[in-house]
Amino acid sequence: MRSGSARLRQVAAAAQYAGLGLLAVGTTFPFVWLLATSLRSTGTVVSFPPVLIPHPPTLANYAGIWATMPLARFFANTVYITGVGIVLTVVVSALAGYPLARMRFPGRDAIFYAIVGSLMLPQHVGLILNFVTLMRLHMVDTYAAVYLPSAASVFGIFLLRQAYLTIPAEIEDAARIDGAGEFRLWGQIMLPLVAPALATLAIIEFSGYWNSFLWPLIVLKSPEKFPLAVGLLYLSGLFAYNTRYIAAGAVLMTLPTIVVFLALQRYFLRGITIGAVK
Amino acid sequence: MERPPLGLPAPPAGQGPHPAGSPGAPPSASPAGRRRILTAYLFLLPALALLATFTFYPVIFGTALSLFEYNIISPPRFVGLGNFRRLAADRYFWIALGNSVRYLAVVPVLQGCAILLALWVHRSARGIGWLRAAYYLPVVTSIVVVGILWRWLYDDAGLINFVLLRLGLARGPIHWLASPGIALYAVMFVTLWKGLGYYMVIYLVGLEAIPPGYAEAAAIDGAGALQRLWRVTLPLLRPSILLAATLSAISALRVFEEVYVMTGGGPVYATYTMFYYMFDQAFGALHMGYAAALGVVLAVVTIGLSMLSFRLLREGGLSYY
Repeated sequence: MRSGSARLRQVAAAAQYAGLGLLAVGTTFPFVWLLATSLRSTGTVVSFPPVLIPHPPTLANYAGIWATMPLARFFANTVYITGVGIVLTVVVSALAGYPLARMRFPGRDAIFYAIVGSLMLPQHVGLILNFVTLMRLHMVDTYAAVYLPSAASVFGIFLLRQAYLTIPAEIEDAARIDGAGEFRLWGQIMLPLVAPALATLAIIEFSGYWNSFLWPLIVLKSPEKFPLAVGLLYLSGLFAYNTRYIAAGAVLMTLPTIVVFLALQRYFLRGITIGAVK
Repeated sequence: MERPPLGLPAPPAGQGPHPAGSPGAPPSASPAGRRRILTAYLFLLPALALLATFTFYPVIFGTALSLFEYNIISPPRFVGLGNFRRLAADRYFWIALGNSVRYLAVVPVLQGCAILLALWVHRSARGIGWLRAAYYLPVVTSIVVVGILWRWLYDDAGLINFVLLRLGLARGPIHWLASPGIALYAVMFVTLWKGLGYYMVIYLVGLEAIPPGYAEAAAIDGAGALQRLWRVTLPLLRPSILLAATLSAISALRVFEEVYVMTGGGPVYATYTMFYYMFDQAFGALHMGYAAALGVVLAVVTIGLSMLSFRLLREGGLSYY
C-alpha cells in the first residue's frame, strides 16, 4: 500500500519532468531548426522532410548574406544604436535616481510619482506626436530619433533610486566630513556602490534596444540606417525565396542576445523581479 | 514620517543630508539650501527633459489631437468630435476593435499556462535552471526573428503541417496564416509561445514571496495537493496574477508587431488590430487626428479593462488570511 503510493508519486514526478522536458523542446526546437537551416547548402526552410542535421554543414549562407546583402551594415547600425542607447539610458537613470533617493528638496515626491505614474499613460497615443516632434526637429531618419525617445527609462530611474536608497548614511556622512561636494560625492562614492544596479540596467536595456522594432520602423526611412530587426524583415520581403540566407541573418541577430542572456541570466531575472515588485 | 511609496522599504534612518541652517528650517531658507535644490534639479534635468518631450507632451497633446484634423503639412483644424463620429461609421474600425478584443482570449490561456509552469519549476532540482532558461529563450529573441520563424513553421509545406500530415491528423495542409478563420489564433499562439517564460518568472517571484508555512499548515490539516493549490497557493498568488494578467491584457489589446511580421493584417483583415489601424492611419495615410482618435479609443478600452481586472483581483495576497 505504502510502497504503491510511493511508486505512484515517482511516476507522477517522472511525468512532470517529461512534460517539462517536452515544453523545453517546444521553446528551443525552432531555434535549432533555424540554425540547421542556416547551415544547409541546398533546399529551402520549407521542405519535406525537415532537415535537422545538414550534411555537409556549410557557412556559405553566412558568407553569402554578409557579402551580397547589407547585413553588415544592419549589424553595425544595431550595434551603434544599442551602444549609444544603453549609455544614455544608464547615465540618465544614474543621474535622476540619485536626488530622488538621497536629497531633500521641494517637489521631490511629486516628481517621483509623476515619473512612476507615467507608466500608466497610454504610450501608444504618444507615438503619433513623437513622430511629429522629430519631424519638426528634422530628426526623422536619424539614429538619434531611434534612441532618444526611450533614453529616459522609468524602470531605470526606479531601479537606480532603489539602489541608492540601500547605501548606508554613514558612508555619505564620512564623505561629507571630508568635504566632498554633491557631484564628487555622487561620482566617486555613490556611483561605484550602485555598479550592480547599473549592470542590471545595461543588460536589460541591451535586449530592449537590440530587439526594438516598432519605433525604428516608424522613424527610419532609408534602408542603410535600418537596424537588424527592421532590416531582416525588409530582406525577408525582398528575398523570400532564399530562406537559407534569411535564416543565417536571423541566427546572426539572435546569437548575441542568447549569449548575453545565458551568460548573465541572473541580471535578467533580477530585472524582472524588480519590475514585478514594482 | 511619510509612508514609503509603493510599499518599498523606508529609507535608512538619518539618510539624506541635513539642510544647512537651523534644524527643521525649509531647505530653501539659506543660500546653501538653494544651491542644494539647484543641484538636485540639475541631476534630474536630463530625465525630466526627455520624459516631458517624449512621454508627457505627446500623450497629453496626442489625446487632444483626436479633436483635430491634421496631416502634418497644413495646420491642425479643429473638428470637435468629428473623428469619433467618423469612427462609429467606419467598418474597418469595428473590424479592428473586434480583433483586438478577440485577442484578449490569449490572456487566460497564457496566464494559466504560466502559473502551471511556474508551479512546476518552483523547486530546486538538478537542471531546473536550464529548463527555466529554455522557457525564457523566446522572450529575449527579436519579434522579427520569432515572426519569420513561425511564418515558416506555419507554411503550407512547413514543419507543423508536415508533422500533422505524417501523423494523419490532417488530410491536407492547414493554411494557418492564410485562412481568415484561423489566422488570428495562429498569431495568438506565437504571442503565447513568446510570452510564456516572461510571465513564468513573474509568478516565480510571487511564489518565492509566499512563506512555506501556509501550505504546510494546510497539509497538516489534511488538505490534498489540489486543495492546497486552489485554497492556499492561488489566493496568495493573486497579486502576481493581477499584475501579470493586467500587463498581458494591455499588450494583447495593443498587439501589433506579431501581426505586422506574420500576416500584415490579412488575410482580408482577419488579423487587422486597433494598433495596426492606428499605425496605418498615422504613418501611412498621415491622418494624424484620426489616428489619435483611434489611439484614444484603444486607451479607453485599455483603462476600462485594467479597472475591471483590479476590481476582480484586488483582494487576495497575504491579506486574504
